[in-house]
Parts: sequence; structure tokens; C-alpha cells
Amino acid sequence: MKKVKLVTTIMVMAFISLTAVSCKDAKTDKNDSTEHHSEMNADGDHSKMNHDNSDGHHDGDKKEMAMNGNGTSQVVLNDYFNLKDALVADDNAKAKNLGGTLAKSLKAFDTSKYSDDKQSELKDIIEDATEHAEHISESDIAHQREHFKVLSKDMVDMVEITGTSMTIYQQYCPMYDNNKGGAWLSMNKEIRNPYFGDKMLKCGKVQREIN
Amino acid sequence: MKIVKIIAWIALIALVAIQFFPVDYNQSETIPQTDFMLVNNVPVTVEKSLQVSCYDCHSNNTQYPWYNKVQPVAWFLEGHIKKGKEELNFSEWDSLTIRRKTSKLRSIIKQIEGNKMPLDSYTLIHRDAKLSESEKKLLIEYMSDLKENLNN
Repeated sequence: MKKVKLVTTIMVMAFISLTAVSCKDAKTDKNDSTEHHSEMNADGDHSKMNHDNSDGHHDGDKKEMAMNGNGTSQVVLNDYFNLKDALVADDNAKAKNLGGTLAKSLKAFDTSKYSDDKQSELKDIIEDATEHAEHISESDIAHQREHFKVLSKDMVDMVEITGTSMTIYQQYCPMYDNNKGGAWLSMNKEIRNPYFGDKMLKCGKVQREIN
Repeated sequence: MKIVKIIAWIALIALVAIQFFPVDYNQSETIPQTDFMLVNNVPVTVEKSLQVSCYDCHSNNTQYPWYNKVQPVAWFLEGHIKKGKEELNFSEWDSLTIRRKTSKLRSIIKQIEGNKMPLDSYTLIHRDAKLSESEKKLLIEYMSDLKENLNN
């Protein structure tokens, strides 16, 4: 009986260690596959480019589109607006997805047509925004909104450099973040609050009109 | 019963075998010029908290516990440290831009405020790493001041 007990103990220990080994392997695989994925995205960029430029003319239709990877600030903005709408709708799962989409389009953003100074500033903004978007893709909604606040600042700074073909509104809710306030960008003048969603849908004001 | 015995032996051998896998130690002799403590003139009380509660996973220098000598525990810790450093590495603090520093400081404050850091799984064993309310307050105040000053 003693022997059986010993054998069982050894088995349990071994099983745990083996599980750990396989976990580690699985992790590496996962990393590999994400790399492939992003490479694929980069490849996909060129093919989508034309398609997306043609869309630049009818802004009104853009809301539903979440195209990724054509490497312009417009695509980044569109993905940001989609994410904002998901937060307005209190939709955690959708915001997760769209956060991931935004992270991809940020990574694909090609800054080479800007001057050196602007490039380094844009890269800084992109790096920061990407991290926030990635966090949004894996968080609960309260945490998503925290990151969205800083992400919004990054987007404001980005538009400052890149400009935009459409009219956008910088809006502000003074109550968010323990009354420290939070700003965001929107394509519509009407207030739809991404920080409180349904709780205070119309809280906020237009701070500034861009374009 | 025989088959159980065979499996047990195989498992035992596997357990012994993984002990020979090398561990990448996260340790460096020197403190880089970009270190958070070095560039910020951190007060002693804050420095102690950071060192004990944060630096094991968020710097290039980990104070390893004895059980790090045993696999698969070592792998588990290695994973934690790798992820921790990806998020925030105090050793490379000064290589960040003001924008990135501001973002990181904001995250540090939120994580401490929300009791999300240091991780429960970490403080379970490192009892001294658990931040008291007064230590939390001190850290948050310090980080908030730093954040304010960055943007002036």
C-alpha cells in the first residue's frame, strides 16, 4: 500500500511538471503564430490601399467599416471611432475586438511621408496608442475606458500632425475619472459619452471643432 | 498495476530531466544610467517600496527565491518576469519619451490604487512585498507628482 502511495505522489508531481512543460511550448507556438499574423497583415496592406482611398470621399458611410492595415491616419481614426461607439454602447466584447483592430492599424500606419521631426513624434504617439489599444483588447470595460482616455489624447495629438479630411469634434466630459475629466473625438456633433455609456449618455460638451 | 508503475517511472524520469534545462537569470551587475531610481532622486521610503514590491519583475535585476532552483517553478517565474518587463521596466525608464512615461505613470498609479499590483500570487510568498495603505499612499503621491512635473 505504501508503494502505491509513493507511486501516486510521484505521478502527480510529474504530471504537474509535464503540464508546465507543455504550457511553455504552447506559449512559444502562440507567439510564432501572432508574428505570422502581423506579417500577413503587413502584406495585406498594399492590396487594400486603393480600396480604402476610394472610400475617403463618402465619409458618412464610414462608421460601419473597420478596415485594417492600409497604413494611413484615416484608417486609424476610423478604427478609433468604431471603438468609441462600442464603449458608448457599453459593449465590452466588441470593444475588445475593435481594440485589437485598432492596434493592428496603428502598427501598419506608414509615417514615411512625413518630415523627420513629425515622424519621430508620430512614432511616439503610435507606440503609446498601440499599447493602450492592446490593453483595451484584453480588459474589462472600466479598464478599457481608463485606457481610452489616454488613447484619445494620443489621437488628438495625431490629428494635430496628420490633419484629417473630415470634420471631427473634440468632446469632453468633466465628470469622468473622479471629476478629472476625459476628452474624446467624434464624427458627430451630438454627445454620446464613451466613458459612461448608458449611465450618462449625453453628459459632455463639444470643446472644439477640427476642420 | 504494472502499467501505473511504468507511467510513474516515465513521469519521474521526466521530472528529473527537466531539472537540467537551463534558466535564464534576470540579473545584472550594474545599474544602468536609465534606471528610475537613478534619474529621479527617489526618496528612501519610496525606494524601499519599489525595490521590494516592484523591482523583482519590473527591472533587470531580480532577487530570486530559493525555489527558483527547481523546475518547473523556474519557468513559471521566468514567464512572469518576462511579461512584467515587457509592460514596464524601471531599469530602462529614462529611455522612454515623456508621452510614454506619462502613460506608464498613469498605469502604475491605477494598478496600485486598484490593488492589482503587486500580484496576489507574488505577495502570497513575498509577504514583505505587500504594500500597506500608507505605503500605497506614499507611492501614489510620489508617482502623481512625477507625472505632473513631466508635463510642465
